[in-house]
Order: sequence, then structure tokens, then C-alpha cells
Amino acid sequence: MSTVTLSGAQMIIKSLVDQGVEVIFGYPGGAVLPIYDELFKQNQIRHVLVRHEQGAVHAAEGYARSTGKVGVVLVTSGPGATNAVTGLTDALMDSIPVVCLTGQVPTHLIGNDAFQECDTTGITRPCTKHNYLVKEVDKLAKTMHEAFYVARTGRPGPVVIDIPKDVQFAAGPYTGPENIVHKTYKPKTEGDAPAIERAVDLLMSAKKPIIYAGGGVINAGPEASDLLREFVTLTNYPTTLTLMGLGALPANAPQFLGMLGMHGTYEANWAMHDCDVMLALGARFDDRITGRVDAFSPNSKKIHVDIDPSSINKNIRADVPIIGDAKTVLEQILAAWKKRGAKPNGDALAAWWRQIDAWRDVKCLSFETNDKTIKPQQAIRRLFELTRDRDPYITTEVGQHQMWAAQHFDFFAPNRWMTSGGLGTMGYGLPAAIGVQMAHPDALVIDIAGEASILMNIQEISTAVQYRLPVKIFITNNRYMGMVRQWQELLHGSRYSESYSEALPDFVKLAEAYGALGLRAETPADLDETIVRMIDYDGPVIADIAVDPAENCFPMIPSGQAHNEMILAASDDAIDEKGKVLV
Amino acid sequence: MSATPTGAQQPGAAYTFQEAAEDIRRHAFAVVVDNEPGVLARVIGLFSGRGYNIESLTVSTVTEDESVSRITIVTSGTEMVIEQIKAQLARLIPVHDVHDLTIEGDVIEKEVALIKVVAKEHQRRESLRIADIFKATVADTTLESFVFQIQGSPGKVDSFVELMRALGETEVARSGVVAMSRGAGVISAE
Repeated sequence: MSTVTLSGAQMIIKSLVDQGVEVIFGYPGGAVLPIYDELFKQNQIRHVLVRHEQGAVHAAEGYARSTGKVGVVLVTSGPGATNAVTGLTDALMDSIPVVCLTGQVPTHLIGNDAFQECDTTGITRPCTKHNYLVKEVDKLAKTMHEAFYVARTGRPGPVVIDIPKDVQFAAGPYTGPENIVHKTYKPKTEGDAPAIERAVDLLMSAKKPIIYAGGGVINAGPEASDLLREFVTLTNYPTTLTLMGLGALPANAPQFLGMLGMHGTYEANWAMHDCDVMLALGARFDDRITGRVDAFSPNSKKIHVDIDPSSINKNIRADVPIIGDAKTVLEQILAAWKKRGAKPNGDALAAWWRQIDAWRDVKCLSFETNDKTIKPQQAIRRLFELTRDRDPYITTEVGQHQMWAAQHFDFFAPNRWMTSGGLGTMGYGLPAAIGVQMAHPDALVIDIAGEASILMNIQEISTAVQYRLPVKIFITNNRYMGMVRQWQELLHGSRYSESYSEALPDFVKLAEAYGALGLRAETPADLDETIVRMIDYDGPVIADIAVDPAENCFPMIPSGQAHNEMILAASDDAIDEKGKVLV
Repeated sequence: MSATPTGAQQPGAAYTFQEAAEDIRRHAFAVVVDNEPGVLARVIGLFSGRGYNIESLTVSTVTEDESVSRITIVTSGTEMVIEQIKAQLARLIPVHDVHDLTIEGDVIEKEVALIKVVAKEHQRRESLRIADIFKATVADTTLESFVFQIQGSPGKVDSFVELMRALGETEVARSGVVAMSRGAGVISAE
């Protein structure tokens, strides 16, 4: 292997190119100037200048989630790095592959409280999958390639490389990505054969089966979603998806029960509660899914497939744990199923479907419309219906609108839905949409937002305008931090402490001030026309949709309760004293 | 099998109602890691961040080229927590291998301690006599003090320290536990 001598900054660019990186999101500063100088001299990598480093990481996440590739971020030392922390934590919680390069003060100044110095590796240690401080230029190229390997392998996640400025100037040998073998990190992707057989035994004998799939299926690539669909079609087993898993099974598949969990459907949660065999695929039984853990699906045998061994038995005990990649394990299960000529228990399954259909008849997502006020669910449903032929990519902020989007927007393919699930980061959707649009220039990309969340990273409209990214910001404006208000209504005697969106900007003028198009809909009669104008406009748009401020997000499993205790509408005694202390 | 509802009342730990009705067990882990900057901080940060106990932690390089370290951690928790600790440690990128020595078989746990006892007359003579019983050696002496060096199981060191405290003013420095499985099986440091 021949080596060439390059400066640290040149090595960084070369290793990004060698890793197939086409776009990076960043913000310059003193400690990364040598890298920006090299960026200036080349044409292979496009740099997107964000307006805040948090936006850079969310944009990289949006890019990664919509493509399956690693998203790349470049920020400076000190505040550049600390501003990136929320994004890094978000990527860690949602298992999104991101490589974040941070500048650092020169090595001889480290520990001196130098200007714009912070202990980046110390600060980011708990919010990254791994991080590096590269003090010698000789190790830089290897570290870069290793970081990409770590970010995308196994359960993906964010990796930080902290690079002091003197290392960026120093010269050293460059080595390519070939022959980078990690000493210790070799995740297991194939499930143990005996465990696969036991899983198939259970699945064959199930009378009330359910498949519960999550973000791990999305992360395993589109083929994993194809395999899931094949298995679901083959068995006709009812299937529910987590917030992170939406799109892994097309929403119009007859076996799809909708999302499960705190704001999941009645049928999905009851089926989880009453099932006798559960196949959990790339999902981690978090508290928003399980509700009260000691009453979670009490009579089922649980098969848990996850690439991260620490997900197994963390919250819920698995009867058949399978450590492996969702795609590989689905292949193994399908092969074992077909080899045995397995058939579901027809009579039992028919009875189970009759029960599920009865739950479906509750029509838990129904809502009433009128001609005066737009219902938020109605806004999202119409948005879906008017865009469904255009294969849109949807991002969201966090709150009621996010849950309504999950409930009322249908997805037919993976990688179309980008939402902050684990961390619940308000301000995620707009920068994520920018990242998605960079990866898919001709696609329709919509950020479904709330008026409070959007203001957390509103500055990124400037980025969208600069790069002519026609992202659509669809604000369901109820003039409240709606989810906070909903909890205050249910738990705190309707004392709406600090949850009213006082002094809101005029979003139409705001859009215009940034050089984008601003639109507003105030009555149901305006809704469709506004949506059509928004999607037809060639450029970034803010559509401010005034929705019913009193609407709550239902159904809901009150905190601390079980799936079979979910509520369909507000009532006074929905949440007991114990539930109030939960979040 | 799902856990039977415990009907726990205490909601202090915000996300769950389950009480630690199960037994708390004490386990010794051997963690083989790359000897690189920050690796100990990763391990300790994992324990504090996830709320696990550390009863004792020792670390030293164990290979000729000093590229690999072995961390011995004594911790306690329910069976589920112990299983999580093992899985979470294994998830750290520079970790080669995690061994739950307590599960893997009989385990030897040893510790070294220095105990300074300031005492006169009868107490001074008694401290020497007890040190003899415990096979502790004298590492330093003045006319009014001894520094004893003792090695053995943590329980033995505990007993010795307790006895010395009764005899005078004491100062204690303990190494923390190093542990190894009995028998011919070898945990590779590669």
C-alpha cells in the first residue's frame, strides 16, 4: 500500500472523499480554518453552511436517515462543539450514523483554558457511540476511517473526532480506507441458529401472534423492510410499528395495526397486551412503548431481535433473545419457516383477527371537523392526501403535531420519516429537512411543525434559502406548546403554566424576511388551497395553519399505566397520583 | 415469562413502578480494555450515568507492551442490572472482553491495604499481636505508630481494619480488589 504525505487538513478531506462523502454540514471557526481552507480548494465535497451547529448535526441526521449513509458534520472548537451536543445526543438515542469533526485548540494549549477551548471528548463521551482526540497527525487518517466504520457498523451512532489545529497543519502519511480492521469492535450480525429455530417454533404455534418492529429494521436497510413485508404477507400476522419504525411496513398493508405506544392505536396496544407470542424486531421496549412494565403484555412469549446485546433484557425479559442484524435475522427466520413448510394456526389466527377487527372498529383516530376551525389531525390528513402521489419525505419537530403526524400521515416505504424519537428534540425538523433535501434535491420534503418547536431552529430557513432548498414548513399553529398544555390539562388542573405561545411572530412576514414564501390558512376552506400552493411553489415555504388550540392528542396511555388502560378522550381520573410523577 | 406485578408504591425512579424486590447480588467483573486515554473515564462514566454501583475498581496494564489493561470492578445489583452492566461494558468500543467472574465459577478476590495505627503501650503491643495473627507485616514503625501491610480477601482486610480502629487513631489506604477465576482457564489479554 503506497502512502502519500499530506497535511492533516488535506488528509481529512481525502479521507472524506475516500469514504464516499458528498455533502457535509458545518460552521467555520478559528480551530477549523485549515480544514475550511482545504474545502475551498476542492470540488468533490459540498459544504452546507448552517446557521447554528445544532442545525448541522440534525441536518446530517436527516441526510443519514433518508439515505442510509453516514452524515458528516464539521464544527469548530468550544462553542461549536458544545452547540453540537444536542444533535449528537439525538443521534445516539435514535441510532443515527453521524461523524462529527470538531476543531480543537493546538495540543500545547490543551488544558490551558485557551480561547474557545473545551474538553470536547469529555463532554461528548456520554453522548456519542465513541469519540477520539487525535494528537498526532500520523494517526489521523486511520482514525477518520475507523470513525466511519464505528458510526455505521452494528447499532449505528454518532462519532466525534476532535482535531487540534496544529495537527491540521502538520504533515504525515495518508492511508486509505482499505485494510482498516478494528481490533475490538466486531458486532455480531447473524442470529444463533438454535435461537432462530426456537423463535420459529414459537411463531408457528402462536394463537395470538404480533410483530412489533422498530427503527432497527429501518437501519438494516430497505431490504430488511422488504423481508418484513414478505414475512408478514406469508404469515398474515398482525404487525405494529414504533415511531422509529414507520415505513418499514406499508401503511396500507392489511396486517398493519398502526403505531403502538403512548399515542399508538387502540388495536395495536390491545393486541400487544393480549398476544401470546411477540416478535420484537429492532425495537427496544422503551417506556413510551411499554407503559407500566409489570403489566406489559403479561401472557406472551417474547422473541427479541436486536443488534445491540444491551437492548436485550434491559426493560422487558425476552424468552428468546436473538442478537443480530434485523435483515439477516429476518432472512434466517424466513428460511427456517419455509424449510419447515410452516403454516400459521389458521383457526386461532382467524379468531385473533376477529378480535383485532373489533378493536379497529373503535376507530380510535377519528376526529370531528367543522367549517370554522381547522383540526390539526385534519390538516395533517389533508397534507397526506394531497401529497401521497409525490413520495414525500416528512420530518417533524416534537410535540402534539409529531404524534398527529405519526398517526395520520401514512408511509409506504422506509427512510421517508425523520423524527426525533428518543431524545424528543424540539427544533429537529427544519434542519433535518434541509439534510433530506440535500440528499434528494428533487423530492418533496416537508417539515410538519408546531409554532413553538419551529422557533427553536428557525434560523435554518436562511440555510434553505441560501442553497435554494425547497423545503416546506407546515406549521400546525395552536398557539400553545400543545403537548405541555395537554399534560397540564390532564395532570395539573388546567393550570397552563408558561405553555402559551405569547408574542408569536407573523410567520408569513417572517418567511418573507428570510426570502421564502409565507402562506396562511385560517379556516377549513383555505386548507387545501394553501397546501397545494405550498407544494407547487419552487422554493422554501412556511405555511402557517391556524388549528384548534384546544385539541388533544388521543388515544393515550396515561403514564404509569398498562396498554389495556389506554384512554380515548380526556376524563378527570385518567391519571392517578403515581402517574403524575412520570414524564 | 413476565414478572408478576409487584404492586410497588414507590414511584421515585421516574420511569418505572418496579421495586427492587429481587435479590441484590455482588459480582466481580474483569474488563479487558485497550490501554488508551479516556478508557477509564468511559467505564466510570457508564457506571455513574446509568446509576450502577461501584464497590471497588482497580486498573493496570497487563501485557508486555502495555497496550492492554485489565479493570477489575466489584459491583452489586439485581440479576437484570448485573446482566445490563455486562452488556453495557461490552458495548464500549475499546473494550475487548467482559467477564462476570462471579458467574463463571469460583473466584479469588485479593486486596492489599496499608493501615497506620497510632497507639502506645498495651494497644501498641496488641496491634502487633493481631497483625501476627492476620499475617500482616510491618511496613514502617516509629515509637508511637506502625504501618501494617496486609493482603487477602476484602473480608479479611475489613476485619483487620476494624480491629485496628479499636486500638488507636488509624489511617487506611486500600488498593481495591483484583480478582481472577480459579482453575486452568485463561482470560486472554489480546
